[in-house]
Amino acid sequence: MALSGMRGLSVFISDVRNCQNKEQERLRVDKELGNIRTRFKNEKGLTPYEKKKYVWKMLYIHMLGYDVNFGHMEAVSLISAPKYPEKQVGYIVTSCLLNENHDFLRLAINAVRNDIVGRNETFQCLALTLVGNIGGREFAESLAPDVQKLLISSSCRPLVRKKAALCLVRLFRKNPDVMNVDSWSDRMAQLLDERDLGVVTSSMSLLVALVSNNHEEYWSCLPKCVKVLERLARNQDVPQEYTYYGIPSPWLQVKTMRALQYFSTIEDPDTRRSLFEVLQRILMGTDVVKNVNKNNASHAVLFEALALVMHLDAEKEMMSQCVALLGKFISVREPNIRYLGLENMTRMLMVTDVQDIIKRHQAQIITSLKDPDISIRRRALDLLYGMCDVSNAKDIVEELLQYLSTAEFAMREELSLKIAILVEKFAPDLSWYVDVILQLIDKAGDFVSDDIWFRVVQFVTNNEDLQPYAALKAREYLDKPAIHETMVKVSAYILGEYSHLLARRPGCSPKEIFSVIHEKLPTVTTSTIPILLSTYAKILMHTQPPDPELQNQIWAIFRKYEGCIDVEIQQRAVEYFELSKKGAALMDILAEMPKFPERQSSLIKKAEDTEADTADQSAIKLRAQQQNSNALVVTDQRPANGTPPVSQLGSVKVPSISNVDRDSADQREAQSNGTLTVVDPQPPSPDLLGDLLSPLAIEGPQLAENQSDHNLGAGVKGAAVAEEALALAPIEDQMNTVQPIGSIAERFHALCLKDSGVLYEDPYIQIGTKAEWRAHHGRLVLFLGNKNTSPLTSVQAILLSPSHLRTELSLVPETIPPRAQVQCPLEVVNLRPSRDVTVLDFSYKFGTHLVNVKLRLPAVLNKFLQPISVSAEEFFPQWRSLSGPPLKLQEVVRGVRPMPLLEMGNLFNSFQLIVCPGLDPNTNNLVASTTFYSESTRAMLCLVRIETDSADRTQLRMTVASGDPALTFELKEFIKEQLVSIPTASRAAAPPIPPQPQPTSPPPPASDPGALLAGLL
Amino acid sequence: MIHFVLLISRQGKVRLTKWYSPYTQKERTKVIRELSGMILSRGPKLCNFVEWRGYKVVYKRYASLYFCMCIDQEDNELEVLEIIHHYVEILDRYFGSVCELDLIFNFHKAYYVLDELLIAGELQESSKKTVARLIAAQDSLVEAAKEEASSISNIIAQATK
Repeated sequence: MALSGMRGLSVFISDVRNCQNKEQERLRVDKELGNIRTRFKNEKGLTPYEKKKYVWKMLYIHMLGYDVNFGHMEAVSLISAPKYPEKQVGYIVTSCLLNENHDFLRLAINAVRNDIVGRNETFQCLALTLVGNIGGREFAESLAPDVQKLLISSSCRPLVRKKAALCLVRLFRKNPDVMNVDSWSDRMAQLLDERDLGVVTSSMSLLVALVSNNHEEYWSCLPKCVKVLERLARNQDVPQEYTYYGIPSPWLQVKTMRALQYFSTIEDPDTRRSLFEVLQRILMGTDVVKNVNKNNASHAVLFEALALVMHLDAEKEMMSQCVALLGKFISVREPNIRYLGLENMTRMLMVTDVQDIIKRHQAQIITSLKDPDISIRRRALDLLYGMCDVSNAKDIVEELLQYLSTAEFAMREELSLKIAILVEKFAPDLSWYVDVILQLIDKAGDFVSDDIWFRVVQFVTNNEDLQPYAALKAREYLDKPAIHETMVKVSAYILGEYSHLLARRPGCSPKEIFSVIHEKLPTVTTSTIPILLSTYAKILMHTQPPDPELQNQIWAIFRKYEGCIDVEIQQRAVEYFELSKKGAALMDILAEMPKFPERQSSLIKKAEDTEADTADQSAIKLRAQQQNSNALVVTDQRPANGTPPVSQLGSVKVPSISNVDRDSADQREAQSNGTLTVVDPQPPSPDLLGDLLSPLAIEGPQLAENQSDHNLGAGVKGAAVAEEALALAPIEDQMNTVQPIGSIAERFHALCLKDSGVLYEDPYIQIGTKAEWRAHHGRLVLFLGNKNTSPLTSVQAILLSPSHLRTELSLVPETIPPRAQVQCPLEVVNLRPSRDVTVLDFSYKFGTHLVNVKLRLPAVLNKFLQPISVSAEEFFPQWRSLSGPPLKLQEVVRGVRPMPLLEMGNLFNSFQLIVCPGLDPNTNNLVASTTFYSESTRAMLCLVRIETDSADRTQLRMTVASGDPALTFELKEFIKEQLVSIPTASRAAAPPIPPQPQPTSPPPPASDPGALLAGLL
Repeated sequence: MIHFVLLISRQGKVRLTKWYSPYTQKERTKVIRELSGMILSRGPKLCNFVEWRGYKVVYKRYASLYFCMCIDQEDNELEVLEIIHHYVEILDRYFGSVCELDLIFNFHKAYYVLDELLIAGELQESSKKTVARLIAAQDSLVEAAKEEASSISNIIAQATK
């Protein structure tokens, strides 16, 4: 079939095809682009046909991967052509060349709207398709009502209405406000009654979009969905053309079952019964057939039905039917079905009571780990990871370790992290833990993040019984000819601490240990040398009676590194050398590291954090959230034999004691210490991990604790302004009882700039927030997560709100069940401009300890700003019209933290003040604009100008203007605060000595591979 | 939802791209490069799904052409696989036993058909007959306009003779 009449285009395509190489092709394309450019320059001479032809050529060139950065205007202008052929080309090419963020698209809004409201059906279709495919927020705001009219109009034909429905899906995704819930719940229900299946298919997509956002309002659609499903399943009133390989529209069936998964339950017994009949029929009636397409289509329906059954928490019988089906699928030859079987079995793990049945398939799943297809191997890995518990951990980890040697590089990182987490969670005994992690480092050192070996060190340090064993193992690995650098680090560390426990064994005298470690020194990088130096110092200290020869050897090394260019190494060398001359005093300073405070594994935490981050509105994720507590119980399941959860870093002894015993033991310990208020019986020692690389690791815990307080206090003070005094004092008080994890002030400041994150964390609770801001309204959800295995009681949250905010906090439950997360939405309305902050007075009881914290909530001024960029034409009249105080205020600010203008610009952008480049001709100046929203001011434009002095970066002149005196003042003060103290940055710049003893965070290595890794989970 | 549709030949030449989520030109080029590398190198007896950057790409090879659609992780893979086949069947019916050359020289037709099948990354119409009817109607509109144009130019030519 020839290209209908467009010879020039065919010739061009043939030319390109005939090019021998990429270079020729580029020349031909460049020639054509040049040609098009010239032709477009004097547009007058172009016939519609020619214009069409060139625009098609542009699309073809774009498709070949060349940048077409001109001619967009011509494509867009064809949209308003009067005749169908030009219009059609204009619409299609525009929707392919541009995306929703292109400015040119704005030019088209009017033409598009004319076509939508016009009477020409074919034009309507073209316009709806374009908007549905690339419409952005602006389209949503200006076109939604017209599109809605088309969808519900009785005079429109189905071909227009189905496009209108999908067009609305897009507009709704871009701006959910365009669909008024009250009126649409009824209309949606009516749409599902349509006879035309094309309209129903598109409407079902719209329903899925709507219910994923708010299922409660669309209850009336639930029975309709079941009806649609019945209609299809029974093949009633389904025209022949809507069956696909004999199956009544499999797509509509899938879509309908997807919509049903957003409703939490089905209460009406009749509806429920009808639905289960249909589901039962699908589950039992799907056979494997020869025709690939029929098979795929029927299995698409079947897998969706499985998902729906899981969601509805069907009776046990039906569930076991599902598991049986999946068990069959994971062993078939057809790769697609096997893949999906594994994937859905992983989802099935969320359902209670079926884990045991799934475990029966373990052998088959392990076979899939060796499949030639990486997609299938990935699924198998995920499933094995999910189904692992204490009973099968040894087998599964064994398999994963084996697989590690053959796995492709792309998977090794993920695999290593997963192995490390499983071993930690489910180790039946601790020596096995050490064995596996050392094997892991040995086999895949490059893929083992620092977190993993840090964790081994924590473990060994906290479990005395393990220390000789770990030291012995480390010693054995050092005998291997070529070992990975991470292995050198971990063995050196462990031997430094515990090699004296091996002293009587052959090959383990201090001298021998020293020389076997020292052999590795020439092979390691500068990041490892400091650890080796610490090890030498410790060996020296443990050598009693002193061995002068060894001492001279080690001293020689210290002296050699005294002039090292690496500061860390140099400092250690100098200090260890001096210290080691002090003789007896050395004993105290270099004594064994104290135990670490019990804390969550950073590995597991990372894995959990990434899970939380990716959570969105999808059915499966919502479901996962609903069953979150279940899932946690499943993974943390405690076996009958009473092995304690090893993820809790306690002084767990081998052999293990039961959980209950341990808890009471801890309490007894606490009481005998007479420190009832101090919840953690161990002094919060400095983070050893942080100190592995730090010269003053030898400092005692006492000092560190003081510094910890001091640091946190300083962090608060640094950022605090007068009116925050309220929040300040109590924060210092609470230091004495429960140690918060991380700095409260830092977390608050981080949350001022982003909308979700952790507000507060201590060993018992984590409070996260997630906020959405729209104009002067805000919705902030508090996530109260109990980290323990016992409930938090007497939970109380009182809001102390300043007068400019109207806040309403939903009911906070008095008890948070073990390992559960409670969500408490908080509505905020901004009445007036002000910088005051809301304080959350939060308290809970854990055991006998009452914890009370006062937390500032990140409902701050900049949350009510929305970026707006203004052009010179808009800016200057405004700027002039706001002539002076009180609407326009000027101030010279001194003591500004010096920073390049670019950085200041970024800072401004980060709190929604958008820098408008080019408005101020002076390059030392900066002009920014934003819109502020509050109930009294409504949307109000704010303009800011900063004039800096290139000679003195610590001072600047700031001018702020807006239409409201209070706003001008508050905004000016707000910006000043940001410029004078930049809270997070100033902390990062703290000197390396004394070590920063923030008790939790291990030092983030320069490029944290763990963080990258966690992203894989 | 379907985030984008790609048609790539075995040699890695792009025959059609359609983006339902906003990607800049740079990102588009990168996506195509990454995915053609991943998909073209896959053996024949593997499954039709590839996991990629938190998404899934469902693909199927027809003769020398790979049809790929990128979807969210929790979307129904087989359903999308059959959307691909559905599209191929419609193209086949339209061109009468479609081959790669048809799609090269009539790439715009492939776009027309796709626009009748998908909007906003969602399936719009599952009846082949309806799609065929709509495409035929569009073609006849274009033809009619052409005839009209030529008859007008005839009239003008006659009048100015």
